[in-house]
Amino acid sequence: MNIQTKFLGEVAIDEMKIINFPEGIPAFEEEKEFVLLPIAENSSFLTLQSIKNQAVGFIVAFPFDFKKDYSFDLAKDDKEKLMIESDEDVVVYSILSLKDSLETSTMNLLAPVILNIKKMVAKQIVLTENDKHPIHYPLKNKEGSVR
Amino acid sequence: MLVLTRKVGESIIIGDNIEVKIVAIDGDQIKVGINAPNDVKIYRDEIYKAIQEENRQALNVETSLLDELKNF
Repeated sequence: MNIQTKFLGEVAIDEMKIINFPEGIPAFEEEKEFVLLPIAENSSFLTLQSIKNQAVGFIVAFPFDFKKDYSFDLAKDDKEKLMIESDEDVVVYSILSLKDSLETSTMNLLAPVILNIKKMVAKQIVLTENDKHPIHYPLKNKEGSVR
Repeated sequence: MLVLTRKVGESIIIGDNIEVKIVAIDGDQIKVGINAPNDVKIYRDEIYKAIQEENRQALNVETSLLDELKNF
């Protein structure tokens, strides 16, 4: 099927790749279906695009590329909601806030998107607030990069 | 709602393994310490609203930055 995306124009997607967000995404609770599409070949960044609503497209990345020691425990009820049976089922993305420049842009480590790749079901969870999980983590901290 | 009166340094136990302790009081601010298992979610009431606002902001992408990202 073809969908209209915010960043990539019209894109043909495989319906098997549709990710279910049973609770939507905070502030966009009515959006229940998304796809993840790379924004370019070999890019670390993807767009998390609503199937129905072209305007709802986020830029996301793997938080571990930017903060190697990022870690947290999933709450039991989230594990159950996402039908997670093993760690291998789980992929974690963080939503980016892109400002005027990459230097001032941030990623949200407080509320990662947890995806069960086997069941294609996902949720943006909220972690316990602490210094390790800032809502505005600077992108320029990409580790192992010369920037 | 259950209402309990506590003094600084005193605690409340919830279930078998959650402790809520009044750490300090300064005017109208109260510092609360919480001991709980790692898989128990704890956050301030306002935080969900902050996440919603952050998501709204995240949709405002400066498109010129996208090209930079593609090579990042």
